[in-house]
Amino acid sequence: MNRTRASGRTVGGLRTLSLQAPAVTLLLLWMIVPLGMTIWFSFQRYNLLMPEMTGFAGLENYEYLLTDPALWSAMGTTLLLVGWVLVITVVGGTLLAVLFQQDFAGPGIARVLAISPFFVMPTVSALVWKNMMMHPSNGVLAWLAQSLGLPALDWFSSLPLTSIIIIVSWQWLPFALLILLTAMQSLDEDQVEAARMDGAGPLAIFFFITLPHLKRAISVVIMIEMIFLLTIFAEIFVTTSGGPGLATTNLAYLIYIQALLDFDVGMASAGGVIAIIFAHIVAIFLVRMVAKNLED
Amino acid sequence: MATLQLKNITKQFGDTKVIKGIDLDVNDREFVVFVGPSGCGKSTLMRMIAGLESASDGDILIDGKRMNEVGPADRGLAMVFQSYALYPHMTVEGNMGFSMRLAGVPKEERRAKVLEAAKILQLEPLLDRKPKALSGGQRQRVAIGRAIVRNPIIFLFDEPLSNLDAALRVQMRIELARLHEELDATMIYVTHDQIEAMTMADKIVVLHDGVVEQVGSPMALYHHPRNRFVAGFIGSPKMNFFSVEQQSIGDDGVTVRLPGGRPCTIPVAGEQLASDEALELGIRPEHLQLDENGPLSGQIKVLERLGGQNSLYVQMGELLITIMADGDVAYRVNDTVQFGLAAERAHLFDAQGLALESLSQHPLASLTRQDNRAATEPAAPGAQV
Repeated sequence: MNRTRASGRTVGGLRTLSLQAPAVTLLLLWMIVPLGMTIWFSFQRYNLLMPEMTGFAGLENYEYLLTDPALWSAMGTTLLLVGWVLVITVVGGTLLAVLFQQDFAGPGIARVLAISPFFVMPTVSALVWKNMMMHPSNGVLAWLAQSLGLPALDWFSSLPLTSIIIIVSWQWLPFALLILLTAMQSLDEDQVEAARMDGAGPLAIFFFITLPHLKRAISVVIMIEMIFLLTIFAEIFVTTSGGPGLATTNLAYLIYIQALLDFDVGMASAGGVIAIIFAHIVAIFLVRMVAKNLED
Repeated sequence: MATLQLKNITKQFGDTKVIKGIDLDVNDREFVVFVGPSGCGKSTLMRMIAGLESASDGDILIDGKRMNEVGPADRGLAMVFQSYALYPHMTVEGNMGFSMRLAGVPKEERRAKVLEAAKILQLEPLLDRKPKALSGGQRQRVAIGRAIVRNPIIFLFDEPLSNLDAALRVQMRIELARLHEELDATMIYVTHDQIEAMTMADKIVVLHDGVVEQVGSPMALYHHPRNRFVAGFIGSPKMNFFSVEQQSIGDDGVTVRLPGGRPCTIPVAGEQLASDEALELGIRPEHLQLDENGPLSGQIKVLERLGGQNSLYVQMGELLITIMADGDVAYRVNDTVQFGLAAERAHLFDAQGLALESLSQHPLASLTRQDNRAATEPAAPGAQV
């Protein structure tokens, strides 16, 4: 049989390139074309409200954006949102995973209930939180506060970013729980028993045995969640619309404002490119951290 | 001093009784081996001694004090697990020093103790490695080291050698025996491997279905099994069993009719036997000899030549009988052979499977491991006899 391994690449007479072509073409269309167009538009004067203003803009879009305080505020908001949701979901997910590992009646039902928020689509869950949980007069939280004799809180105007963080955490906690619970189940019971023989109490077992065992799974949770949390949009759109002011405008929402409220495609594209660079900077740090964990 | 007593220990999981009332005394510095087929409850029994499992009923006494309600860390025991259960993210030193770290022992003292144990087990060059970077035998030694560091009054071993290859197993067996002498500690060892039990134990506890079938020295179990189960379990290859008819009961033993019709007198006490009681004769493969005038005959079905010895599997009626024969036997498969049995080495079992008592004790039956040593060294003061 005619088989060469090196760059000549013919296996059984078939050129491998033709086999790779569909995948490569799809990838090219899927990623490179939109990316190229975004970069191209970011250097153009392209505002849908002013169709007569066209042509090459040079770095004008970038210059305008980078001097706009809204961009820096959006970056800060993005970081706060990602950071807090990661902290809440990872810490909460780990503790819940330990809790769910205990013996109790009806673990199957409890697990399904705990994981179900993940299956509610973001728009719906944001609406539920907005109208049924955090509503200042109809909401469950307002009712709770009132029954304790406290004034009802208008969540989205007094604590806008906190509210968004709560909603997003509620959605992503099940994901963290799911991954960490699976990891928990692979913990060698003998190790726990050996630790018990060595004199470890429940807390010592958690910190010396369970947590090191979960390290890898926690890294994976952080990495995957980060990818999705950097682009949170629906929850903001449905509840606060980025406000009050710019209090809940993250990068994704800022780009939306520029493209579809201000109709400035050039500027939005420049924002998109900046978002890509920003995401990469965050990713480099996180991936480094995760990769280090995966090594040992 | 460390003694262990179990008084009528039982264990129930739901409705299933796993341990059905066990009484046992373990003396100071004794090497006791729990042996039995899988599912006999030997691991559960050890876990109850360790405190990882609570006893449903009965008392566990260590040095005379009741320990049922004492936690596993406070019983003064250390356990070596079958899977080693090393902490994968800690170095060898971290693993061995973990119990002291939890107890708040200062770092230098910890290191000194770990080094001391590492020296006994030749682990010094490995102290900074993680378990992942160790071989099976090294991991095993780390697990033992972790137990030694705790300075326990009783060591518990839960099938510690079953994950090792055959050569390493032999080596670790010798090492464990050496360790037992060196540390002078009481050790309890669980295994399903009767070779480990025979070679290391001072006292073997044969467990079956949650009850103790027999307790005794390895030689006592080999020469005087109490019942058919122990007879079949101890010894390799397995003891042969076949039904015989009783002919007469006399002062010199019970005379039975062997398959094939020839009589044979087995020197066992038969006064309590009912005259029509069904009997079974047990004879070990090494106590059957090929003999042209022998009372038994059969056809060789399988022949295993091991060099010094041959294992012959002989079809006798419907039974396949194993014979250990001399390595120079020239027989071939399908040959018919005559063979005889050493009557004084045969056992008779009554209808309940209980062995009839031998008229004479085998001279080695009361031999312990200590006696083996006494033969070559001057006897240690206070050595058990």
